Amino acid sequence: MAQIQIKNVRKEFGDFVAVKESSFTIEDGEFFMLLGPSGCGKTTTLRMIAGLELPTSGEIYLDGEEIGQRPPSERDIAFVFQMFALYPHMNVRKNLSYPLVSQGMPRAQVKAKVEEVAAILGITDILNRPVGGLSGGDRQRVALGRAIVRDPKAFMMDEPLGALDAEFREHMAEELRALHDRMNATTVYVTHDQLEAMQMGDKIVVMNNAVVEQFGTPQEIYDKPATMFVADFIGSPSMNFLNFDGVVSEGETSVALNGHPIAVPRQMQGSSGSLVFGVRPEHISLSDAGDYRGEVLATEYLGTTQIVTLDTPNGEVKARIDSTQVAKVGEKVGLNFEAPKVTLFDASNGLALLSELNQGVLSHG
Amino acid sequence: MSSFSVTEPSKRSKWFAGTLVILYALITMIPLAWIMLTGFKSPADAISYPPKVVFEPTLEGYVNLFTQRTRQTQEYLDANPPENWRDEIVRQYDMVIVGPSKFGERFLNSVIIGFGSTFLSIFLGTLAAYAFSRFKIPLADDLLFFILSTRMMPPIAVAIPIFLMYRQLGLSDTHLGMILLYTAVNISLAVWLLKGFIDEIPREYEEAALIDGYTRFQAFYKVVLPQAATGIASTAIFCLIFAWNEYAFAVLLTSGTAQTAPPFIPTIIGVGGLDWPAVAAGATIFLIPVMIFTILLRKHLLRGITFGAVRK
Repeated sequence: MAQIQIKNVRKEFGDFVAVKESSFTIEDGEFFMLLGPSGCGKTTTLRMIAGLELPTSGEIYLDGEEIGQRPPSERDIAFVFQMFALYPHMNVRKNLSYPLVSQGMPRAQVKAKVEEVAAILGITDILNRPVGGLSGGDRQRVALGRAIVRDPKAFMMDEPLGALDAEFREHMAEELRALHDRMNATTVYVTHDQLEAMQMGDKIVVMNNAVVEQFGTPQEIYDKPATMFVADFIGSPSMNFLNFDGVVSEGETSVALNGHPIAVPRQMQGSSGSLVFGVRPEHISLSDAGDYRGEVLATEYLGTTQIVTLDTPNGEVKARIDSTQVAKVGEKVGLNFEAPKVTLFDASNGLALLSELNQGVLSHG
Repeated sequence: MSSFSVTEPSKRSKWFAGTLVILYALITMIPLAWIMLTGFKSPADAISYPPKVVFEPTLEGYVNLFTQRTRQTQEYLDANPPENWRDEIVRQYDMVIVGPSKFGERFLNSVIIGFGSTFLSIFLGTLAAYAFSRFKIPLADDLLFFILSTRMMPPIAVAIPIFLMYRQLGLSDTHLGMILLYTAVNISLAVWLLKGFIDEIPREYEEAALIDGYTRFQAFYKVVLPQAATGIASTAIFCLIFAWNEYAFAVLLTSGTAQTAPPFIPTIIGVGGLDWPAVAAGATIFLIPVMIFTILLRKHLLRGITFGAVRK
């Protein structure tokens, strides 16, 4: 198993820049998520680590060894494709044996290893079936089996659950995470589904427009977003952005929203002009008191909680409150914000302003 | 079951489709059947009017096709009684067999040139099609059009230059010359057809093989080729049919050692008058290899081998 280090990697396809200088480190045994909307460069990054694309510039280190320009066969990295890409002219057993045969492993050993992997994945009874008639889940398991059968240094997975039905997806996600915990293999997993990333990942890289926006644990990324894009992309419903004009100076602990002072974490960076007050829906509470007021536009019942949409002087806001609390449409209520959890952004570049909350996590530029 | 169904055709449309198929089969099969029947007729039956459908079969046509015969005097014939059934057949015309005809050789030439050029076209065509399909090639579209454009000229327009060129190069009337010529004509068809087939094979298969530790060529050979078998088989059939039936180049560029069957068969007519049964027999035998080849590759023409392995 291995540590993977990405250093200033850039990829161009003709005039199109798929990945701009990106750097991050995947520690040994980590379940690492590459998250972003489609076309953000996450799959290209994954393919560069596997060797299916060669970086235009920059280095990729696998266990300290530079492998950026090597062919995939010399990297010892396994890849699980979104569309499975099982060899259609072979049965399940042959699909699983194929990576071992290329290494020149003796037949008896191949057979033993294939049976072992099949037992782990619970596909022993379909070993002799052609891959054509398999269900989505079984195909997924065979694709995983083909990856784990040769004990590679790391696994690359390109939206491996993307082709499965929603119902089955959850089950497979659990299975995948359990498999990872059991083998402790370094895994890089590409997804556009933020829930999947939060649920399964040890660490997440959020990419957008060929750029790495943020890199950290799911909690860090959720609680301390580095950019407005990350804050918006992660979480459902996503973070509320209240736009205001004003001045924030270093050491400040409150900002004025529509003339009302609202507490924020102690700021470590001054800024002025067009600013954004970012707060997650669950960090807003509603009460009759409160100077900052808004009108209830709609409510969405979600069982234990409900999402209340409010119209405020700084724009529409969604609050997640207990479903036992009564919120009537048309009612005017006071909004209270959980001060330590608030992030301020500079609207001109979308970057979070340094504060007591996020100074340990953020490293701009 | 009078209700309307989308998936199940109605009785009337089934009946209509069936009739059409039978009609089409009759139109295409009758000339073939007539040729095959004529091969077993006597020369007199072959040209009788009205045409005979029921007749006494004879192998005369086939004997005439494969042998050279001379007319002999009655004394000679009396002195040499017929040794076998073939002798007996030609004796009716006061003839004796003096040796084999050239049909066997010409037929073998057709086999060598037809299958040789088909193999070469498929070999080169598959490699070129793979390259066009997978790699970024400068001016790929122009190159593809150029390859196709070689097919737009009628053979007769280029026959004279090729004839002169071949004479200079010492390629006229050689197997190699004809194989190269038919390959040059077929390669455009092969590249275009195969490119279509290879385009449809998802790249992920090769990428999976690359990841699994194979080289690009091994991935092509072990993963792409089996997937493209359907396309290769149907392309091979088209190439073989062209090379097998080609007449214009063959009649101009071959006369002896490398002459193929198509220009040879008509010359049979001149040997012993209008010997239609022998011509028909030659045509019948000439049909057999393509028929066998097509039947052998028939199962590859059915698609669906790749069905279900990749979710689209």
